[in-house]
Amino acid sequence: MLTIKNLHAEVEGKKILKGINLEIPKGEIHAIMGPNGSGKSSLASVLAGRDNYEVTEGEVWFNGKNLLEMSPEDRAREGVFLAFQYPVEIPGVSNINFLKTAVNEVRAYKGLPQLEAKEFLKLTKEKQQLVDFNTNLMNRSLNEGFSGGEKKRNEIFQLAMLNPSLAILDETDSGLDIDALRIVSNGVNKLRDAEKSFVVITHYQRLLEYIVPDFVHVLYNGRIIKTGTKELALELEEKGYDWLKEAEHQKESV
Amino acid sequence: MMNSNEIIDDIANKEYEFGFTTDIEMDIAPPGLNEDIIRFISAKKNEPEWLLEWRLKGFQAFKKLKFPTWQHFELPELDLQSLSYWAAPKQKKQLNSLDEVDPELLATFDKLGISINEQKALTGVAVDVVFDSVSVVTTFKTKLKELGVIFCSFGEAVQEYPDLVKKYLGTVVPASDNVFAALNSAVFSDGSFVYIPKGVRCPMELSTYFRINAQNTGQFERTLIVADDESYVSYLEGCTAPMRDENQLHAAVVEIVALEKAEVKYSTVQNWYPGDKDGKGGIFNFVTKRGICKGANSKISWTQVETGSAITWKYPSVILQGDYSEGEFYSVAVVRNKQIADTGTKIHHIGKGTKSRIISKGISAGHGDNSYRGLVSVGPRAENARNFTQCDSLLIGNQCGSHTFPYIESRNKSAMIEHEATTSKIGEDQIFYLNARGIDTEKAVALIVNGYVKEVLNQLPMEFAVEAQKLLSITLEGSVG
Ligand SMILES: Nc1ncnc2c1ncn2[C@@H]1O[C@H](COP(=O)(O)OP(=O)(O)OP(=O)(O)O)[C@@H](O)[C@H]1O
Ligand SMILES: [Mg+2]
Repeated sequence: MLTIKNLHAEVEGKKILKGINLEIPKGEIHAIMGPNGSGKSSLASVLAGRDNYEVTEGEVWFNGKNLLEMSPEDRAREGVFLAFQYPVEIPGVSNINFLKTAVNEVRAYKGLPQLEAKEFLKLTKEKQQLVDFNTNLMNRSLNEGFSGGEKKRNEIFQLAMLNPSLAILDETDSGLDIDALRIVSNGVNKLRDAEKSFVVITHYQRLLEYIVPDFVHVLYNGRIIKTGTKELALELEEKGYDWLKEAEHQKESV
Repeated sequence: MMNSNEIIDDIANKEYEFGFTTDIEMDIAPPGLNEDIIRFISAKKNEPEWLLEWRLKGFQAFKKLKFPTWQHFELPELDLQSLSYWAAPKQKKQLNSLDEVDPELLATFDKLGISINEQKALTGVAVDVVFDSVSVVTTFKTKLKELGVIFCSFGEAVQEYPDLVKKYLGTVVPASDNVFAALNSAVFSDGSFVYIPKGVRCPMELSTYFRINAQNTGQFERTLIVADDESYVSYLEGCTAPMRDENQLHAAVVEIVALEKAEVKYSTVQNWYPGDKDGKGGIFNFVTKRGICKGANSKISWTQVETGSAITWKYPSVILQGDYSEGEFYSVAVVRNKQIADTGTKIHHIGKGTKSRIISKGISAGHGDNSYRGLVSVGPRAENARNFTQCDSLLIGNQCGSHTFPYIESRNKSAMIEHEATTSKIGEDQIFYLNARGIDTEKAVALIVNGYVKEVLNQLPMEFAVEAQKLLSITLEGSVG
């Protein structure tokens, strides 16, 4: 599904990603952990096509297509979805109107007809229930004045509506209360199937109890310095990152 | 810049070089502004003596008035002597006109789906087309006539309903109001006249499509709308003009009179040629629009969507004379490239219990410069007057300008005046967020802009709102990134 080869990227002349290699096959869930500022969100942004990041080296292949050559909207239409760590507020644009536009843009790209109002509402209701998304928030301006948790839920609601093949969740768990964490995770688990892959960026092992990953990667200083299974997350919770950082620095100084 | 004194001197001192003869075959008058051309226009239009006198008084006023200097832009040099003040449409020219139009503009028309015929076909829309200063088409007339509604060209009204015209002409915008209004009074070519009789609710939107066609013809439309007691009318004005390299002056005057319990809604969608990317060419849209709520409980509502013109300079205003009368101003003004807009409204609360509401949405992109200028005045008699003003600016990019000049003059302690203002920017992160959901940048901007202007577009009749929405998207195409 997704193949990242030796990916280097910088922002404003500052090197952030320094050679990422990652293979995410269909149907798998990969967790990415790592200390603050290590480049997790940057990786997500580069995959989604944010243009202030300049890719200086490397390749990214998505379902056989060169992802880096596509515009951000085409990546989304191809099935890449990024649940933002910090969803932006867009005053004046109603959530529902935004969703309708997004859903229909993706459909148009796939050569599907626009959803009729009735079908769209049906889909909305269904997905709303799936992630327990408050109806009141539907008619409000996109993320405007939403609480931190509401914004995160909205990301997952959009994920459910757009039904992408690759979803990257950037710290979707932070800001969620305990109930919401469970609900959102259940939602993700229900969306999960053999055709879909997830990249789950998180600081907390707890999320990975709900959304059980196939692999856990540790990103540090723009590189993946360790890969393991879900047990690695437990280990990190216990020991922190210092032991890995030290090992990394030793490697570097050799 | 030629100042007004110079122009006046010019006009006053210059002996008309070639004399002036009335040539019946002539389609375009030779350039120049003087008493003779005014007499010529008046004669061409077969006007009664009182109207000629009125025009000449307007010309006297014009000569005394100066060009304003308070605006937030530099007034370009206007060589009013080089303009021709009379043009009649030639039959042939009409036929060929589409070929003469810049293809880019035609493409815009196509995208908008506007054609005059299409407009006519729209159910319930009567179209009166002002084509190069002379009204050539009037439709739906008979149906309106049954109700006693008068909707015709100004020229026709002068012939058919001189008493009505005489009674109201210049009562809201006197000839001496400002230099452009005075100029208009002297040389106005044609325009529209509307009269809604007592108790009649006009069942259809009255729509006028103004077009500027002949080169170098200043446009001096004059519109007069009178709504008698307990009547209602919604009037639509749409403007499109072919591309020209030379600037064209458009100095129209619109007067509205609302008598007791009458309501007038006046909507404008203006997309005249804005000039090219470097600010070359484009229309100067210097228009005086004013309504008076003369009767108690009457209401006048202006809605404008201004996307075109090199310079848009106008303040559709309401005089709230009748007790408990209401005035509204809803505006969207878009500037991009080197466009300039200095627009807003003036609301004069005179009667008691008068209410007003101002919603202004400015959008600035490119090197555009957008100013909101508004005056809310409350007179000593206006007990419990209320005003609410919301004035928002949306910026796209870093090189545009946006300014707000709200003036409040209150001479009554019971008045309540509220003013809110916001400035926001379409951020790259907002665009990226929408991109990341499969929405391309053009659509993303349109989505944000449409959300931003919703409150104003909601005031427009359905078809017009859809058209305005499309127009906004087209106007802002390519302004981000
Ligand atoms: N526009 C920018 N200009 C300069 N530096 C930037 C910019 N964007 C990101 N960075 C830097 O890139 C580095 C990686 O940031 P990133 O947001 O990817 O970290 P992260 O791993 O997601 O951290 P966190 O766990 O705190 O979310 C940080 O040092 C950050 O300051
Ligand atoms: Mg991050």
